[in-house]
Amino acid sequence: MQAKESHKNLKRYTIVTAMDNEAGVLSQLAHLFSRKGYNIETIAAGWTVDQNVTRFTIEIYSDEERIKLLCSQLRKLVPIHYVEILEPSKSIRRELMLVRVHAADRASRNEIIQIGNIFRGSVIDITPDSITLSVTGDDQKTQAFEELLKEFGIIELARTGIVAIERGEM
Amino acid sequence: MSNKINGSEILIQCLKEQGVDTIFGYPGGAILNVYDKLYDHKEIKHILTAHEQGASHAADGYARATGKVGVCLATSGPGATNLTTGVATAYMDSSPVVFITCNVNRDLIGRDSFQEVDITGVTLPITKCNYIVSRVENLADTVREAFAIARSGRPGPVLIDIQKDVTASDCEYEPVRPEDYEKTSGRLARLRRTHHPSIGSPDIDMNDVEKLAEMIDESQKPLLVCGGGVVRSGASEEFRTLANRMDSPVAITVMGGGAYGGYMPLKTGMIGMHGSQASNMACDACDLLIAVGCRFSDRVTLNPAGFAKNAKIVHIDIDASEIDKNIKTDLHIIGDAKEVLTLLLERMKRDKHNDSWKDYVFSFKRETEYDNDPEGFTLTPKEVLSSVAEILPQDTIVTTDVGQHQMWAIQHFKFDYPGQLITSGGFGTMGFGLGAAIGVQVGCPEKTVLHVTGDGSFRMNCNELSTEEYYKLPIITLIFNNSTLGMVRQWQHLIYNERYSQTTLDRGPDFAKLAEAYGIHGRSVHDVSALRDVLTEAVKSRSDGLGWVIDCKIDIDEMVRPMVGGGSYIANFMLD
Repeated sequence: MQAKESHKNLKRYTIVTAMDNEAGVLSQLAHLFSRKGYNIETIAAGWTVDQNVTRFTIEIYSDEERIKLLCSQLRKLVPIHYVEILEPSKSIRRELMLVRVHAADRASRNEIIQIGNIFRGSVIDITPDSITLSVTGDDQKTQAFEELLKEFGIIELARTGIVAIERGEM
Repeated sequence: MSNKINGSEILIQCLKEQGVDTIFGYPGGAILNVYDKLYDHKEIKHILTAHEQGASHAADGYARATGKVGVCLATSGPGATNLTTGVATAYMDSSPVVFITCNVNRDLIGRDSFQEVDITGVTLPITKCNYIVSRVENLADTVREAFAIARSGRPGPVLIDIQKDVTASDCEYEPVRPEDYEKTSGRLARLRRTHHPSIGSPDIDMNDVEKLAEMIDESQKPLLVCGGGVVRSGASEEFRTLANRMDSPVAITVMGGGAYGGYMPLKTGMIGMHGSQASNMACDACDLLIAVGCRFSDRVTLNPAGFAKNAKIVHIDIDASEIDKNIKTDLHIIGDAKEVLTLLLERMKRDKHNDSWKDYVFSFKRETEYDNDPEGFTLTPKEVLSSVAEILPQDTIVTTDVGQHQMWAIQHFKFDYPGQLITSGGFGTMGFGLGAAIGVQVGCPEKTVLHVTGDGSFRMNCNELSTEEYYKLPIITLIFNNSTLGMVRQWQHLIYNERYSQTTLDRGPDFAKLAEAYGIHGRSVHDVSALRDVLTEAVKSRSDGLGWVIDCKIDIDEMVRPMVGGGSYIANFMLD
């Protein structure tokens, strides 16, 4: 994925953190990012095996110095259990994208479905004028999928944001 | 047998678990239930201030002077928002205060009800942690956790917002002593178990301690910087021993005042924007700078790139997020200052002697030399402070407001012990001093308390003179009255071409008469002999319990010297 102009010389980092699952933790987290001057690219949250603990995956552009400072700031939040930065080579990153595109004739319907198959996406809704697909992958895959569908005319698009997990030890 | 009591009683019992015997506060609608219970608990001393802001500073001053956790109560809405300057002041200076507010009933929350405000939202960036209590079952453990967090690790303020119906609901209550936190429900035990940074001091990396011992051994030109962490950690003795064994000059930050004795021979004075020549020149030339419990604020480092440019910089701090935040360090040790210094002293290879380095450093002035006013129409800061230092007891606790008077007081007084100087260093809160002095005098009734202020700062919160009078607190307020916002005027003079925009305070009231209106002693003085007489009288009359306001007229153009401009290089004095 092409980095924005302002992200030149910066690296994309994946931070995972677990917090007590209680009211207000998301605002504590989000507030810390904004008051320390970081912009969240994606954030995804859900509880873990323990329903009292919410796990967040957050991606931001930063440099090594600032990401270290951010992590030590995050660790001070009382509801935080742990904070880790995932190594790209040792982790799996996925997001789900839902996209509805114009498909008013047979040829475009066929082509869209074929593209969907190549990306292991699935058609989840079809109308005389449009097709809605879902696709799962890292941000490069969903971005490529989006690029290919642009020529048909994207009506609406939604992403979950990346969730990430460490690979098992070999 | 059920031993149910209501939320207000639980709150008071929990405060007693924590050893609280003094609270500062102001009642109101949402917190009525709590004050109703307080009526039955005369063993808890409640100090009613004139304004919630005064209460917030008083609780902060009490905490700083006694080392205990300060407690401050306020009602919902404006009561709560009036605390915020005090909360931020405590936060920036790492002072342990538990603020307790009550909010509207649970069924009124979110409806823009009368005196409703989301105070946890407001105070999120200025508290170590804050809580909403919407179930009485959670109240006791929340209070226990709040106190533990406020006082442990790097101390700081915590706010608990209790919904009004919680204070009236009944619940089982079992007392739990602070050391039996395992009996509390969950989170506090988890924080303890995992050594969470909010609550514990991290394990110290011994390799780094060894490395520092080696660096000290190799250094020829060391400089120690004594920060507020030395005060908070109670590491004053260890720090003084280290300074002696290293034979190292010691620069002191505003927050570090008192941790290293002001009379001690290795003291170079304050460091930074209004730092002494000795401190700033030593910083510039040293080969090893060890900062203990300081956060390298912009008022200390000025231009971070040129700060201690010839030195290896070592940072000892309990808060990992302070490391490399403002200044890149060569070595850091994360841990409680007292523990780190104890380990370091054990591992130091030998005692050092740095005579030629000390000769160099102390060839520069460590104190500012101010002129006396030859004509004698007004007092000079030096005349005022010398008289005070001579006449008041040496162990007098000094609180300050913010501005020129603050810098003069810190430069001039020789603070001997941690907690002797109580000042708003980080947040720079004008109006802090009188509230703080009230808290200090309540916490330390046997000590003489001097509140040094300026006419601008004093005008902000002088309403607390009524609190001073009512509780018979013999605080001595000393106003450096130059009829201007002196520090801002100084900048306008030096940087803004003498365009004195909105800084001239040629207005009332007559502070001496104001003091008398509040029922305490008030005097205006224009010369040294009158000042000395008043100070002598103030010391003598302490037992009558009446405070003093001494309005000292000084010249409008007095300046704080030396001065290095903001962002410029530390040895580049704009004024010497």
